[in-house]
Amino acid sequence: MQPFRKHTGVVVPLDKVNVDTDQIIPKQFLKRIERTGFGEFLFYDWRFSGDGKKIADFVLHAPRYAKASILVAGKNFGCGSSREHAVWALADYGFRVVIASSFADIFSNNSLKNGFLTVRLSDDEVREITRCAKEINNYELTVDLEALRVDDGRGFAAPFEMDEFSRHCLLNGLDDIGLTLQHDASIAAYEAKHPVHAEMTGILTR
Amino acid sequence: MPPRTLFEKVWDAHVVTAPKGQSALLYIDLHLVHEVTSPQAFDGLRAAGRAVRQPLRTVATVDHNIPTTPRGLPITDPIAAKQIEALQKNCREFGVPLFDMDSAEQGIVHIIGPELGITLPGMTIVCGDSHTSTHGAFGSLAFGIGTSEVEHVLATQCLPQTKPKTMQIHVSGKLAAGVTAKDLALGIIGRIGTDGATGHVIEYAGDAVRGLSMEGRMTLCNMSIEAGARAGMIAPDDTTFVYSRGRRFAPKGKDWEDAVAYWCTLASDPGAKFDRVIEIDAASLAPFVTWGTNPGMVVAVTARVPELKSFALDADRRAAEQALAYMGLNPGTPVEEIAVDRVFIGSCTNSRIEDLRAAARVAKGQHVNPKVRAMVVPGSQAIKRAAEEEGLHRIFLDAGFEWRESGCSMCLGMNPDFLQPGERCASTSNRNFEGRQGRGGRTHLVSPMMAAAAAIAGHFTDIRNWRFN
Repeated sequence: MQPFRKHTGVVVPLDKVNVDTDQIIPKQFLKRIERTGFGEFLFYDWRFSGDGKKIADFVLHAPRYAKASILVAGKNFGCGSSREHAVWALADYGFRVVIASSFADIFSNNSLKNGFLTVRLSDDEVREITRCAKEINNYELTVDLEALRVDDGRGFAAPFEMDEFSRHCLLNGLDDIGLTLQHDASIAAYEAKHPVHAEMTGILTR
Repeated sequence: MPPRTLFEKVWDAHVVTAPKGQSALLYIDLHLVHEVTSPQAFDGLRAAGRAVRQPLRTVATVDHNIPTTPRGLPITDPIAAKQIEALQKNCREFGVPLFDMDSAEQGIVHIIGPELGITLPGMTIVCGDSHTSTHGAFGSLAFGIGTSEVEHVLATQCLPQTKPKTMQIHVSGKLAAGVTAKDLALGIIGRIGTDGATGHVIEYAGDAVRGLSMEGRMTLCNMSIEAGARAGMIAPDDTTFVYSRGRRFAPKGKDWEDAVAYWCTLASDPGAKFDRVIEIDAASLAPFVTWGTNPGMVVAVTARVPELKSFALDADRRAAEQALAYMGLNPGTPVEEIAVDRVFIGSCTNSRIEDLRAAARVAKGQHVNPKVRAMVVPGSQAIKRAAEEEGLHRIFLDAGFEWRESGCSMCLGMNPDFLQPGERCASTSNRNFEGRQGRGGRTHLVSPMMAAAAAIAGHFTDIRNWRFN
């Protein structure tokens, strides 16, 4: 997994609450069997009309946000479907960080597995970043996972929290399957004590 | 030991190890797999040269993108066909049991688990699908995961997990006639919001919950994710045991007796502490209809679409304004005056035999409004057969409903069943997000009885006033 330490980038404001994963990546694009290539379908129904034409006034199409790599949105970002394709689409499009006042649990977990950062700030802080991103051209933030802090270098800064283990994995880009397999003996011991019951074994020979 | 909740007991029983400074490593008893969120996970295994650790604890089916037209017909969408073939190939290669398209046991993954006795009380269950919360109805800890976690479970049968908080939702009293588990779920989400339970595992308790059938409990737990919950759970009791006993892959004989004795110890201890407790009076609930673009935007069928000035917070008011524009609704419109074009009875929320019986009772001797296209999609092949044995399909067909093959269908419209732009649908599914049932489609979530009544009346109508034949 790609490590995440510190990232500086342009912020684009998606001034909406409860952005669900059906909006982030609509279902018609979930039939692909690869992990790559989802970026072009990010927020598809908001970016393109039914006949495939660009919806010019959608915020991601504004030239000033063309290079944005940090998305700021309202509460409960990533709610709904568990589709990890939502994170793949955001990352493939070029985002490294989403800032919001809250995130849905599964979306946060999926982000962690992809070296993609979800930063939770207060409603007031999100409002301030949104305002700056709307008013200031090329408004940039630095998101520092080592220092657990976002800073715009022009007076706004805010600390954020993340559990220590997740932070450790992100900072070092650790393969967490590898970490779990370090406990193979404990897993095997657990399995020896909790065998599959007899009837279930029939599922392989039905 | 201090008193523990149902969740804490199931959690504690599955901690393999809890290394200092790391998340607890949780053993996963059952991993359900489907075609949409698994191909990249199997690719990951292949790339790393890893096997599926416990094929016996891994069960696959196809449900999300398959057509609901007769099973003999070819799949016309080549990309969907490729995804299904990928699952078939992966299951063969890694030795994972698969209930395939042509299987008599095929169905929505959250329907067939309980139906086959694979889902049982006290388990940990995961699936690359957010509605895995359904299985919590059995007193299992069941939650949705992403594809990276699917790969993790395939490879290790474990997941590192941060311990969630606990919330009890205590529902006192009794649900009135015409008020179903779906209305209870919508009522809860309307009250606490779509992020009201984020970071928490909900335990549903109280007389109204105890009074629900297993089908109703599954509907309620299914919608836990729509309140943002990590999972929803209900303590197992006689209702649970009667449902699971004798099912195909459930334990038998002494194994069964021993299992029941253990399951009886799982209920939350008296005095167990929850991080949050919410009290709901069943008498305060009505048949509900969503008016907006998330399940928390909901009112009683007798109410009106809300006025924008009723939203205190600016962000909520703007969200409501955008939702009403998308839904093509005006504030103040009585819900019963909203006409529908389509009706969908199905999904992992409401496609079980009891749901179909309830809808058929409404439809019996009636006819679908000529302006409405209505479809019934049973959750599994077994439900379809059971319904046909009872003659429910005859009632639906005579009334002008379509009677289709099992799958997720128009809940998410990945298969050919989806709404056209602007079409308005009364749906028994779980999400009314923009475009969920098809781009530009307008979804109103309701119970199966309310959906059947809307199909016949051509608009929403209060099921409590229905004249049953």
